Amino acid sequence: MSLHLSYRAAPGNPWFSWQYVRDNSDTILAALREHTWLTARAVLIAALVALPLAVAAYWFRSLAAPIVALTGVLYTIPSLALFAFLAPYLGIGAITVLTVVALYALLVIVRNALAGLNQVPPEVREAAEGMGYGRWGRLFRIELPLALPGILTGVRLATVSTVALVTVGVVVGRGGLGQLIFAGFQNNFYKAQIMTGTVLCVLLALVLDLILAAVGRLLTPWLRGRSS
Amino acid sequence: MNPVQQAVVWLNDPLNWSNPGGILDRLGEHLSMSALAVLLGCLVAWPVGLWLGHTGRGGGLVLLVSNVTLAVPTLALLTILPLTFLGFGRPAVVVALAVFAVPPLLANAYTGVRQADPEARDAARGMGLSGAQVLRRVELPLAVPYLAAGFRTAAVQVVATAALASFVNGGGLGQIIRAGFGLDIAAGGGQIVAGGVLVAGLALLVEGVLAVVERVVTPRPLRRARRAANRRAADATAGG
Repeated sequence: MSLHLSYRAAPGNPWFSWQYVRDNSDTILAALREHTWLTARAVLIAALVALPLAVAAYWFRSLAAPIVALTGVLYTIPSLALFAFLAPYLGIGAITVLTVVALYALLVIVRNALAGLNQVPPEVREAAEGMGYGRWGRLFRIELPLALPGILTGVRLATVSTVALVTVGVVVGRGGLGQLIFAGFQNNFYKAQIMTGTVLCVLLALVLDLILAAVGRLLTPWLRGRSS
Repeated sequence: MNPVQQAVVWLNDPLNWSNPGGILDRLGEHLSMSALAVLLGCLVAWPVGLWLGHTGRGGGLVLLVSNVTLAVPTLALLTILPLTFLGFGRPAVVVALAVFAVPPLLANAYTGVRQADPEARDAARGMGLSGAQVLRRVELPLAVPYLAAGFRTAAVQVVATAALASFVNGGGLGQIIRAGFGLDIAAGGGQIVAGGVLVAGLALLVEGVLAVVERVVTPRPLRRARRAANRRAADATAGG
C-alpha cells in the first residue's frame, strides 16, 4: 500500500530509518521542541510552587502531615484520570498537559525538598539561631543550602518522569514526542516513526538529567570530593 | 449541565454498566491484565532481587533498572511491544505493564535482603545452614515487610498504568475515557469525568486494600521495619 510506495530506500517496515528522519526532520524537531518546552515550563512552575509549600510544611509542623498525605493520594491517581478531570474545564490543548505534568512534578519536588529540609541537623539550626539568624536569614543562608541536594534530587526525578509523562498528552492532542509515537502506531504501525519518538524521549530525559546534575555540582561545591 | 452533573447522569445509566464494553466488562479487563502483569513482574523481579541481595552484588544494576524505566514512556512500550514477536493483543499489553512493575519489586526485594540483621545471618551460618538455606529460612522472612511494600507500590502503579492500555485499544477502564474524548468535550465531558472517577477510584481502592494486606502479612515485631520500607518504596519509585 502507500507505505511501500512512499519510501523507496526503505522497503518493508524497519525499526529505524535515516530516510524517515531526513524526510520528516521538520515534524520531528517541532515535536521535540514542544516536548522540551512543555517539560521545562512544567518543572519550573512546579519548583516555584513546591519550594514555598515545602518550607511551609517545614516551619509549621501541623501542615506537614496533611501536605504529605495529600501528595501521596494525588500521586496514586493515574495520569489519564487526572487528564479526564481537568480536560472538560481546561479544554483540549497544551494548558491541560502542562497542568497535569506540573502537578505530578510538584508532588515529587515537595516530598524531596521536605526530606532535604528535615535532614538539616538540629545542632546546625541551633548554632545558626545562637549566631543571631532570624527565621528568614536562617532559611536562606543555612537551611536551603543544606537542603539543596534533596531539592535537586527532587527536581531531577521530576524532570525525568515529566519527560515520560508528557507523552500521555496525546489524549488531548499535545503529547510532544508522544504525538510522533502515537501517529506512527496509527499510521500502519510505522516502526521507524515510533522508534524515533521513543529514542528521542529517552535521550531528552538523559540530557536534561545530566544538565541538572552538572548544575547541582556547580551549586554545591562543598559536596565535591565527598562520596555521597 | 456541567461535566460533573453529566458524569453523575452517565454513571447512573444502568446500560453504561452492563452493556458489552460497559463499565463491568472494562473493570474485568482492567483487573485481569493488571493481575497478570503484577504476577509476571513478581516472577521475574523477586528471584533476581532476592538473589542479588543475598550475594550482595548488583546494587548498581537495581538502580539502573529503576532509572531507565523511569525515563521510558509507557506509551512507547505499549506501541512497540505489539510489533515484536509478542503480537497484538493481551500478551503485549501485559508485558508492557509488567516492565513498570519490576523496579519497585526488584528494589524492595534487594533492600529487604540487604537490611536483614547481619547477626541473624551469621548465627544461621554458624548453625550450619547453607547459602540457599540462609536465604530461604532467615533472609526471606526478614524481607517480608519490604516485599509487601514493593508489591503494593508495583500493584498500584500497574493499575494506574493499565489505564493507558486504551491508547492501543488494549481494553481496561481507560477505554471509557478515550471513548469520551472521541466524542468531543461537549458531548463526552460527562463520560470523560466518569471514566476518570472510575480509574482513580480503582487505584485508590487497590492502594487501600493492599495497605491492609501489607499490615496483616507483616509480623508485629517487624512493623517498624515496614514503615521504613514504605518510605523507601516511595523514594525508590517516583514515576507516573
